Amino acid sequence: MPNWIASFPDTIKINIATPIDNFVEYINVNWRPFFDGIKTGLLGLLNGVYAVVEFIPWWLLIAIVFALTWLLMKKPLRAVLYAVLMLLIGILGLWSYMQLTLSIVIAAVLMAIIIGFPIGVLVSTSNHANALVRPILDTMQTMPSFVYLIPAVMLLGIGNVPAIIATTIYAIPPVIRMTNHGIRHVDKEVVEAAQSFGSTRWQTLVKVQIPQAMPTIMAGLNQTIMMALSMVVTCSLIGARGLGHEVVIGINRLEIGRGFTAGLCVVILAVIIDRLTQGIYKTEAGDDHGKG
Amino acid sequence: MARDKDIVLEVKNLYKLYGVNRNAAMELLKKGAGRSEVLKQTGVTAAVNNVSFEVERGKIFVLIGLSGSGKSTVVRCINMLQNPTAGSILFEGQDVRKLKKKELLDFRRHKVSMVFQNYGLMSHRDVLGNVAYGLEVRGVPREEREARAHEIIDMVGLSGWEKKNPSELSGGMRQRVGIARALANDPDVLLMDEPFSALDPLVRRDMQFELLTIQRKMNKTILFITHDIDEAFKLGDRIGIMRDGQLIQVGTAEEMTSNPADEYVRDFIDSADRSRVFCAKNVMETPSSLIRVSDGATKALSAMRRSGVSSSYVIDEKMVLVGILTLEDAMKAKAENTPIAQYIIQDIERVAPDALLADIMPQAARTRFPLAVVDSEGHLEGIISKAAVLSSLT
Ligand SMILES: Nc1ncnc2c1ncn2[C@@H]1O[C@H](COP(=O)(O)OP(=O)(O)OP(=O)(O)O)[C@@H](O)[C@H]1O
Ligand SMILES: [Mg+2]
Repeated sequence: MPNWIASFPDTIKINIATPIDNFVEYINVNWRPFFDGIKTGLLGLLNGVYAVVEFIPWWLLIAIVFALTWLLMKKPLRAVLYAVLMLLIGILGLWSYMQLTLSIVIAAVLMAIIIGFPIGVLVSTSNHANALVRPILDTMQTMPSFVYLIPAVMLLGIGNVPAIIATTIYAIPPVIRMTNHGIRHVDKEVVEAAQSFGSTRWQTLVKVQIPQAMPTIMAGLNQTIMMALSMVVTCSLIGARGLGHEVVIGINRLEIGRGFTAGLCVVILAVIIDRLTQGIYKTEAGDDHGKG
Repeated sequence: MARDKDIVLEVKNLYKLYGVNRNAAMELLKKGAGRSEVLKQTGVTAAVNNVSFEVERGKIFVLIGLSGSGKSTVVRCINMLQNPTAGSILFEGQDVRKLKKKELLDFRRHKVSMVFQNYGLMSHRDVLGNVAYGLEVRGVPREEREARAHEIIDMVGLSGWEKKNPSELSGGMRQRVGIARALANDPDVLLMDEPFSALDPLVRRDMQFELLTIQRKMNKTILFITHDIDEAFKLGDRIGIMRDGQLIQVGTAEEMTSNPADEYVRDFIDSADRSRVFCAKNVMETPSSLIRVSDGATKALSAMRRSGVSSSYVIDEKMVLVGILTLEDAMKAKAENTPIAQYIIQDIERVAPDALLADIMPQAARTRFPLAVVDSEGHLEGIISKAAVLSSLT
């Protein structure tokens, strides 16, 4: 029996790893200033966000969570529960780690909105753009999250800044998708009404389509935030600090308790952020159910 | 032919085809092929097939037809929400299809406004914000546009609801907002695509009435679409019936009823509740004999005998109706040799010329004489026999 029937023949082999490496190498050398610029910008963003987050005293943040829960969900017990959970993060000694994780998430989500929202709007207005972007988004969403770590590390090294990049890229699809979806599915008659009164395309978009699509866009934003939070934890593999880093240390040193504690705090943060952002877009959607 | 009518809107040989092979379809249509044949041969839907009509200023023109007959497509071509395949749409002589982008925006902002079947309201704006929308995109400053919006909201009877979200309103109220929004722009022409179809019958009647009131007050030209013949007859100064993309007949309700172009039109008209379409003056007849108060009994008797009736209306010198004189009473008067005046029955049923048959039916049932149709000054215009009321309904 010839060898090539049993196992794949050695002679048919294309190596794509090397060209990719070369490409990255090339970019690294020739685009250095560009990436340095990005790095500085993102670092500035992160520091800004972190300054704000750090400025908020622990009791105020807990009070904010309490008040928001009460206001948005009208459930006093839930508000108490979330406040206690937040308090627990502090009691477990991970408050400052939580602050950093939160800051990276906020920075990445801001980036995802700044980049993703305009793309979503553009894609909603053009079928060509949609045909181009959709498969990319599909691919991105099936790609394992670790994969995003590689280019980030390659181009920006390790630390919090590449973590923001990887997180932004990983978490951007829902913003684009839901913005696109929301705008495309605005009641046709409402859009036509806007046009029939002589709205320009821009006026139609800004005064009617985007506001009408807001509940959907917010749902997308909620997904993006949740994905960002999970990615920030993954990013501790490339040196991002915060709660995820604690988990990694816990794994590396087999300190199960330490890892578990940090993991618990991630879950608390995730649940609270999820419910609060959902609360925001659900009340918004609830106010104008049954499109007039 | 001299034009004494003031035509605001003229649609000329309008075509709108959906599909790829439109040129071939056009050829076929011009050769007289129907919609289904064209669809079979070319795969093209002829939504609008050679439609022409004129709309006079200050009048309501109603387009009516079954679902899919192309009514919406016609109105949507008028403000270019849809681009016609061929033909022209002249607004005050200017072809809307030739407008540049900027001019089209101006046309939509100032000349035509549209009212939608499902209201087309913006749920992220309150009533005021919806009504002011047209002025907002036009660039009218906030204070001014809101003042104007308040005015219009008042007019459609929604004051106090300015700050509500449309979703808090009933269907009828929502469509009032839709109408107010369209009127706020003070357009020359109002396009209304089945504006009342989503409303329940009672609300619908109110809205029709209100639309007529508004229309008279503001003297707007309206192109109104409906698939309800009663609504068409009630609102339309002129009515166009559409079938399979073609306009089959245009005319007033009376013209259409007395002279339907074909079976389709006849069927449509037959489905109408005629008692709500026809009014007294449509079915009244001239009395075969008339007596003057000053006439003597002998003259009255001979007049009645001549026309073979058992009673006759009595009028004074100015044609004002006095009452009715029966044959028996006339004979009594003759026997007693007295003037007929004291025998005249004055307590008789009178109806106005524009009273709807539905409304005069109870009177017709009550009286033993024909109904007298009198104008506001009491002049006798005609009479309606009980039989005439009934036969006009079938
Ligand atoms: N975008 C489109 N693509 C293909 N065909 C269309 C399109 N829009 C309308 N049509 C067809 O054109 C024809 C006329 O449609 P139109 O909406 O004008 O009818 P209509 O008289 O307003 O009916 P309805 O009473 O249901 O509103 C229909 O046969 C419809 O299927
Ligand atoms: Mg329609």
